Amino acid sequence: MNAPAVLHAPGDHALTTSRFTVPGMRCAGCIAKIERELPKTPGVHAARANFSAKRVAITHDPAVDEAVLEQALQTLGFEAQRVVDNPLGSDAKERKQLTRALGVAGFGMMNVMLLSVSIWSGADGATKQLFHWLSALIALPVIAYAGRPFFASAWMALRHRRTNMDVPISIGVILATSLSIYETLTGGDHAYFESAVMLLFFLLAGRALDAEMRTRTRAGIGALLGRMGKSASVIGADGTTRRVLAEALEPGMLVLVAAGEALAADGVVEHGASTLDNAMLTGESLPEAVSVGSLVHAGAINLGAPLHVRLSHVAEDTALAEIARLMDEAGQSRSTYVRIADRASRLYAPVVHTLAALAFIGWMIAGAGWHQSLVIAIAALIITCPCAMGLAVPSAQVVASGALLKRGLLVKDGSALERLAECDIALFDKTGTLTLGEPRPDIAALDAEARAVALGLAQASRHPLSKGLAASLLRAGVEPAAVTNIREVSGEGLTGTWRGLRVALERPDSATTALATRLTIGDESQLISFTDPLRADAAETFRALGQWQISASILSGDRAALVAEVAAQLGLAAEAEASPQAKLAALEALKAAGHRPLMVGDGLNDGPALAAAHASIAPGTASDASQQAADAVFIGEKLMPVAVAIRVARRTMQIVRENFAFSILYNLLAVPLALFGYVTPLIAAIAMSLSSLVVVANSLRLASSAKEPRA
Amino acid sequence: MTGLAFLIPIALGMGALGLAAFLWSMKAGQYEDMDGAANRILIDDDGFGEDEA
Repeated sequence: MNAPAVLHAPGDHALTTSRFTVPGMRCAGCIAKIERELPKTPGVHAARANFSAKRVAITHDPAVDEAVLEQALQTLGFEAQRVVDNPLGSDAKERKQLTRALGVAGFGMMNVMLLSVSIWSGADGATKQLFHWLSALIALPVIAYAGRPFFASAWMALRHRRTNMDVPISIGVILATSLSIYETLTGGDHAYFESAVMLLFFLLAGRALDAEMRTRTRAGIGALLGRMGKSASVIGADGTTRRVLAEALEPGMLVLVAAGEALAADGVVEHGASTLDNAMLTGESLPEAVSVGSLVHAGAINLGAPLHVRLSHVAEDTALAEIARLMDEAGQSRSTYVRIADRASRLYAPVVHTLAALAFIGWMIAGAGWHQSLVIAIAALIITCPCAMGLAVPSAQVVASGALLKRGLLVKDGSALERLAECDIALFDKTGTLTLGEPRPDIAALDAEARAVALGLAQASRHPLSKGLAASLLRAGVEPAAVTNIREVSGEGLTGTWRGLRVALERPDSATTALATRLTIGDESQLISFTDPLRADAAETFRALGQWQISASILSGDRAALVAEVAAQLGLAAEAEASPQAKLAALEALKAAGHRPLMVGDGLNDGPALAAAHASIAPGTASDASQQAADAVFIGEKLMPVAVAIRVARRTMQIVRENFAFSILYNLLAVPLALFGYVTPLIAAIAMSLSSLVVVANSLRLASSAKEPRA
Repeated sequence: MTGLAFLIPIALGMGALGLAAFLWSMKAGQYEDMDGAANRILIDDDGFGEDEA
């Protein structure tokens, strides 16, 4: 077996467990490698990978530092990030509770149904009484336990003088149970225990599916989150450094920003020269050179030499925090969105309850006696109880999100699908969204030797050009040459020795093209130029969006010339050099004009716009905050998932509407039966399961919705 | 009819057993990492982690 060998190694001292997200875990080999190799690190006792959540739990001596563990994972070839929060978030807890309730309801349903079938097939007299009592004995605790999610939510809604889908459900279940208890006590004919339990079971299935969809995509997105400046090395008066959390930093502190580290606060460079990757903040792909006196912002990543930065703005005052605040405010509007199921129940609940009340009054007037009138009114409530309605939305959305997941699009929740379907105009950021967001070198001109040397050098650096070069060469199957004595001079490049020759990757002398590097081997040198290419299927995606009557345009923070070039290439309208505030304003203007804009962007500068848009999508390479603000995240190099998302979202809403239409049709047929007193528990049970099956079967048609449409 | 006195407790007991097994498996974390479980079957650990081929 390949279960973890030891979870708690023998020993007297207590072990601690640290959790890391490891987004790079993609296959069985990765699990095996991590679980096998990590315990070889001194102090580490065991490692257990959770593949679904892309997390690794490491059991280790308390003395082992988290940096050591991160380093150990890094040497195995996995980027890792410590997870501080409790692994069992409230989402996971809710899902567990729902699954448990579903299990209990399933148990109750099977046993009560067993007894009910005996009654339907002719048990009577004392046997029937006994079976009713047994049913009550099983059903009461089951309903009390499995019904809690509905009762709690209905109670919350009623307390706020609102109504939601759970109010008619709770009323129906409680009345059916009460009536059944009364019938059992008085030795009556019909008990509806199986209807009540079955209703709960079907509805819990819908709820559990909904929760499962949310946690699954949240785990996926959580695993993608990269690193931000969460702490900094503060240089004390005596020259020693200590780590300080970002929240505890103060203006005037001097911090050391190592190569590859992200800044945690705004400040001014006091010592050193380097280049910063500002892509997260401005969306600009080109690294920015900084030296003494330069203003630097939190979120920028130091690519070159270590810098000493005197902090000027910290925590809430940084440019980054300002964007976060804008996002927070912009996101408020979204919480007022009312989901389609609740909109439907606002119409549905009053109608059903009025009908039941009218049935009661009508039969009383007709002289049926209060017992019979009540039985009929409750039967009407049970048969109209929104069993199919409760499944209409979640079943369709779960199937659709599963289909989208296979196409590389993670949709956060059902409400996101509903809003995506309503979008009528799309705005795209340029860098990282329309383009890949990483420089791609032109390596066609390099011979095998040059490629190997270039890879040997490029692997040693964190500079975006080096990383892009290394990635492309690795994809081309190049084996790195053994370059020794590699040195990186910030702003200049990399040098090293290979077979006694001086080799280098350097900044070209001429400033003709900004994105290029010069590869030197001995005396020969050649230029490798980089481009940030458009995603290959961008044009195709816009054609597809056009088919759906969605007009697209570009809204970028990048320089006008670069944006105009891309816009011309794709034939789109464009607005360049837009600040985060300007992007937000553009979105608000569109919304004020009655549009429902879709925002697609990746940078932190898109964050407020993503939060303000009616619906938003971010690529998997986007910043943390943007991924959190977006409704959906797409993975990979293709832009097509954006168009597929719109198509599937609209198709889903169509199926949801069909499901609703079916539920209404079913009620139109069933209600007269109930009102005239023909509904027995048997008919109620059959009608309920049939309508639920039809709705689920209809939703399953979405399973292939994300595939390419037939030509 | 006396058969019922045996059959009903047996039926209920079996149902309760199934429920208990389900709740236990949930508590034991068997549904925590469904994709991982699917992948783990592919791991080849004959060498017991001594070396990777």
